[in-house]
Amino acid sequence: MADHYYNAEDLGKFGNIGDYQKEMADKFFSYYGEVFKDGALTAKEKSLIALAVAHAVQCPYCIDAYSSDAYEKGFSEAQMMEAVHVASAIKGGAVLVHGVQMMNKVKEISM
Amino acid sequence: MIKSLKVLQNPLANSSYQLDILEHNPAHKHASFKDKVAATGMFPLLAGGVEIFQVNMGKMCNQVCKHCHVDAGPDRKEIMTRETMQLCLNVLANSPIKIVDLTGGAPELNPDFKWFVEQIKALGKHIIVRCNLTIILANKRFHDLPEFFKLHQIEVVSSLPSFTQDRTDKQRGNGVFEDSIKALQMLNAVGYGMQDTGLTLNLVYNPAGAFLPPSQDALEKEYKFELMKKYNISFNSLFAITNMPISRYLDYLLTTGNYDKYMDKLIAAFNPAAVANVMCRNTISVGWDGYLYDCDFNQMLDLKVTPATSQHLADFDLNLLQNREIILKQHCYGCTAGAGSSCGGAVAE
Repeated sequence: MADHYYNAEDLGKFGNIGDYQKEMADKFFSYYGEVFKDGALTAKEKSLIALAVAHAVQCPYCIDAYSSDAYEKGFSEAQMMEAVHVASAIKGGAVLVHGVQMMNKVKEISM
Repeated sequence: MIKSLKVLQNPLANSSYQLDILEHNPAHKHASFKDKVAATGMFPLLAGGVEIFQVNMGKMCNQVCKHCHVDAGPDRKEIMTRETMQLCLNVLANSPIKIVDLTGGAPELNPDFKWFVEQIKALGKHIIVRCNLTIILANKRFHDLPEFFKLHQIEVVSSLPSFTQDRTDKQRGNGVFEDSIKALQMLNAVGYGMQDTGLTLNLVYNPAGAFLPPSQDALEKEYKFELMKKYNISFNSLFAITNMPISRYLDYLLTTGNYDKYMDKLIAAFNPAAVANVMCRNTISVGWDGYLYDCDFNQMLDLKVTPATSQHLADFDLNLLQNREIILKQHCYGCTAGAGSSCGGAVAE
């Protein structure tokens, strides 16, 4: 057992989660594969969405995987950074919009 | 302009040194390619005929691309002589081989290029020229190449690693994208890549970095859309090719610390279905000095064909060569990763 929580090599072992619960893992990976196929959105478009979400959920494995995938699929550095800014703006906005709740509460209790 | 590994006296200019890295890496053991092929039931891998006669006309090139497996450049002097070309013509005249694929370096830099094309055409063979595009603009004497190609109904195959300037120039040198676009427009102007002209213009994509090509079909659609929208350029097909971990690309992988990860990617993407269709099974590769190889990559690693009595044009024995055992090394993973890779792009679904 490593003395730290994240290990880059673990990304390559993702498929091993089926060792403890095969049926659910198989269903998950089958679903995952289906999600990222060309559909109403192209596989390329989905890759950029995944990159933004990876940043929003702050998953280092996902950032590693989808930085490579999005670049391989042809997105430029600027396009990828703009996607990260979209994630940042939504996360920042999500914090800030709660300020309205704070304001409501303060107004409720103040004279 | 950067110099070739050979002129820089980089040890990677030595094919034995490259093979040593590929075959013996104690720090990071990679699964053997031969074992992978054996597991598909296709080892030893045998040729299934000789349909394509690929000729490397020399290592001289006007470009110095970072991924070049030939280590080509303006400082390379190895070039095919007319005598060796005559040996090629003798072989072609006496064989049923229908396709001749001319490559380099920049094959057009060989002073006997046009003579050779005319002689091959007189034998009734179909000719492919791997034109780097910028050669057309490199000097006034090359401006007529589109017309020359058209006259001989040559199939033109040209590298363009991206439809954006940034990625293309990163790999192929500053200014290459702009000149490539102008050259493509010149080819379109004489009918290449245009509907119903019969003049074929195919483009080649290869990754500008340590990663594998994406889907060839999706990329072709995107290239067609972007090149038409921005530059009014048409072409026929896009070939997505995987970079081979040899020569200058191997140097890039090693110096950037990407070598082991890249090999792992190639191995993880090994596609048994691609093995049957690898290009060495229907191609013979001829070096600038007349020696024979399974493919252009084996040529650069100095791995001559297995039949000991038919390793040079002067001893060309089609019967021996069309059933020969192919020499397999670790770099061959580059041809079997994902959808597979060949000089004609993907080889499997």
